[in-house]
Amino acid sequence: MVTYIIRRVLYSIPVLFAASVLIFASVTVVGDPLAELKQNPLFSKVTEKRIIERKHLDDPIPVQYAYWVKDVVTNQFGTPLLQPGDRIWNDLKRVIPHTLQLVILSELIALLVGIGIGVYSAIRQYSVFDYAATTFSFLGFSLPVFWLALMLQIVFTNAFLKWDVRIFYTSGLNSSDQTCTFCVDRLQHLALPAMTLTVLSIAQYSRFMRASMLEVINSDYVRTARAKGLPEETVTLRHALRNALIPIVTVSALTFGGLIGGAVITETIFQLDGMGPYFINNLLSQDVYPVMAWLMITATAVILFNLLADVLYAYIDPRIRYD
Amino acid sequence: MTDVGKPRGRAHDALVTDAAERSGSEPPTIAVGPDGATLIPATPATEGAVAEDQLAIVHEHGLELKSRSQWAYARKRFLRHRLAMASLIVLILILGAGLLAGFIAPYSFDEIDLENSLKAPSLADNHFFGTDFTGRDYFSRILYGIQTSERVAFLVALLSTVIGTTIGAIAGYYGGWSDNILMRLTDLVLTLPGLAVLLTAAAFLGNGSQYRVAVILALLFWTQLARIVRGSFLSLREKEYVEAAKAVGSGDLRIIMRHILPNVVGPIVVNATLIVGIAILTEAALSFLGFGIQPPTPALGVLIRDGQELQDIAWWLVVFPGATIVLIVLCINFIGDGLRDALDPTQRRTRT
Repeated sequence: MVTYIIRRVLYSIPVLFAASVLIFASVTVVGDPLAELKQNPLFSKVTEKRIIERKHLDDPIPVQYAYWVKDVVTNQFGTPLLQPGDRIWNDLKRVIPHTLQLVILSELIALLVGIGIGVYSAIRQYSVFDYAATTFSFLGFSLPVFWLALMLQIVFTNAFLKWDVRIFYTSGLNSSDQTCTFCVDRLQHLALPAMTLTVLSIAQYSRFMRASMLEVINSDYVRTARAKGLPEETVTLRHALRNALIPIVTVSALTFGGLIGGAVITETIFQLDGMGPYFINNLLSQDVYPVMAWLMITATAVILFNLLADVLYAYIDPRIRYD
Repeated sequence: MTDVGKPRGRAHDALVTDAAERSGSEPPTIAVGPDGATLIPATPATEGAVAEDQLAIVHEHGLELKSRSQWAYARKRFLRHRLAMASLIVLILILGAGLLAGFIAPYSFDEIDLENSLKAPSLADNHFFGTDFTGRDYFSRILYGIQTSERVAFLVALLSTVIGTTIGAIAGYYGGWSDNILMRLTDLVLTLPGLAVLLTAAAFLGNGSQYRVAVILALLFWTQLARIVRGSFLSLREKEYVEAAKAVGSGDLRIIMRHILPNVVGPIVVNATLIVGIAILTEAALSFLGFGIQPPTPALGVLIRDGQELQDIAWWLVVFPGATIVLIVLCINFIGDGLRDALDPTQRRTRT
């Protein structure tokens, strides 16, 4: 197991390197970091020269890349284009926990509900429930996430304006008089974004769980368990479910890794001050350095969770290790 | 207790309807099997008694052999998929309305009418979906928006299918180092965080043109297909008939195009259909965030973005364009499901 983990970790290092090259190449080289500023008549030549010097923009591209990597590793992701005193990490440090809180909350709910729906659909295949769940998941796959978010906002804003019912808040992380991280107020703010994220995840997990459960239920060892007279609950819960859960572990680890950078739209609509709005704002101001830092962090998250998925899979299913 | 083995639900219904059809007055046709030798009844679910029964009818009417191509079977399977057929009809209506927007729409998409600002949906004045702040008719704007989405989605599906098929075919047919390089490339594109890459590309390459948006989307969406096509090519190139084609001196291009590719058309068509749906969703999200299609071009995502500011007093500005997207994509997904059952019976998922 230890050798497997070491091998797997070593394998992700070149991937991370390739990702950093790709990110740097696609952002800095394709788009001139100063393009937007140069169009501004108030942007002086002196400032331009100072930025070029500070960011080493007149050096060859591989040298620029080396400077950037050095900044990322030793200098808290370096500085934004215009504020030499600031560190990019200062902003990231604030937004990452917000995103993590939202993603963990919604993924936990989605996993619980999705697995429940999937298992029940599988043991009652072709029942009314099964058809309803299938229709729901098709609907989930066809919903534009941003539209769902707006619909929830409309419904809950109108509930507040018309009937004075305040169940959930439709934007922000906290009410203006509160600053807590783990409290009812925060939960009321996170409920709608979490709901938005869970719909798609539930659709995905329930489909996946149904397929994997059906496969296991029709296997020989489950028939044996029934044949020797075990009660139906023991067969489904202890024998079938345990094996059917294996693929879900991988899928959920991958989804989780992807969601850290994938909740952009939801976070932006609900103004959550997470990774998403940070990314969008820097794209709008065309500041390449925070954008690259953001891409680097999300890419690292994807690679890390890929790694985690593989290791978990090998742990649960020992046959994998010996291939 | 579970009810394993009992014929239930759709499978049972299918048997019943098959039997009902067979007892009708029309002589059932008999088709030649895929291998060209065995006779198989045109209706599936052969059961001894039924088959004999059928043969008896055939003898009565004189042996009638009708050969059916693979496509005839696929068409028949698809026509039986009720949900997919219904979706197809709805989709044709919606997309047709989009194509004919110039003739159907009661107003043009940018006609400003300040006296009728923010009218709620009503049949009066033909403002079926209401009007926005400057009095533009949302029904007309949505029709033109559908047209834009259609154009982008069609382009994306076409481009990504061509890219994916070409890369998959080359990698699968030639193997070796070309396979290695192309598949590593595919893996790399697959691990990219899609939306972030799209946003970055749109922000730094400049945005606006619907064709540019389509090309960017296509450059990201070809990977799945490339893998599928490669897989099929890997196994098909080892078949005897390919060897025979080589023996009579066919060139690589001819073997790929005439002998192998037709056998992979099923998965390609299914994949292209699903890409149309994904492209519509992604384009709408990009345009909504302001990085996709830019106003004044009417796109569904742009309409929702415009409506968002007033969503609390004019819900129709958000509800109708979004509902249109949901309806289109839902239809496409159902059709894709039906096509998968029809064209790709081996990969058939348990009937959903």
